[in-house]
Amino acid sequence: MIGAAAIALVVSIALMLIRALSGPTLYDRVLAVNSLGTKIILLLGVIGFLTGRPDFLDISILYALINFVSTIAILKFFRYRSFQVSLTRRGKGGA
Amino acid sequence: METVIGIWESFRPALGSALVLIGAILAIIGTVGVLRFPDFYTRLHAASVTDTAAATLAIAGMALLAPSFAVVFKLAVVWLFLFLTGPTASHALANAAHKAGLQPFIGRVGRPVGGSE
Repeated sequence: MIGAAAIALVVSIALMLIRALSGPTLYDRVLAVNSLGTKIILLLGVIGFLTGRPDFLDISILYALINFVSTIAILKFFRYRSFQVSLTRRGKGGA
Repeated sequence: METVIGIWESFRPALGSALVLIGAILAIIGTVGVLRFPDFYTRLHAASVTDTAAATLAIAGMALLAPSFAVVFKLAVVWLFLFLTGPTASHALANAAHKAGLQPFIGRVGRPVGGSE
């Protein structure tokens, strides 16, 4: 039954890839990539339990960290066109 | 007490697998919503709600399947991080799209009024 869950997650990732490739706006693509990352985290854990090696969860944790930081970095870059901007409210025109 | 623990141990793998499968099906439902909804904001709603629920269900199921307590702890770390960052990323996305001037569709589906495209 957990194999069926892995197949369902792979199907979900494939369908989300369609939205990531064909999204009309930039934000659709960022949303699709972020949601795809969440599903990949779940798929990594499921594959670990499927093969009897739950050590895959370490990769899962790392992927969760990188996924969140990359989403925020992409959004920050496309708002300010630069990474060298403070995201706190101290600077002019902050978040 | 022994029989209760025995019944629980016999049910545990089936319950965990069922929870993981329900979470994966919920992920497919959310993806279909992202593919079919007409507007960025509705797509964001579908994706964020189902992602949090699917992660919670699948990780609860995997915790029921876990062989040791260390694995449960790692699953709890992953769940806590997803639970904190998922809504934060959704808020950042909606805020960025709104600040950039992306307008939601208002009106009937199929004949949008004031669309953004």
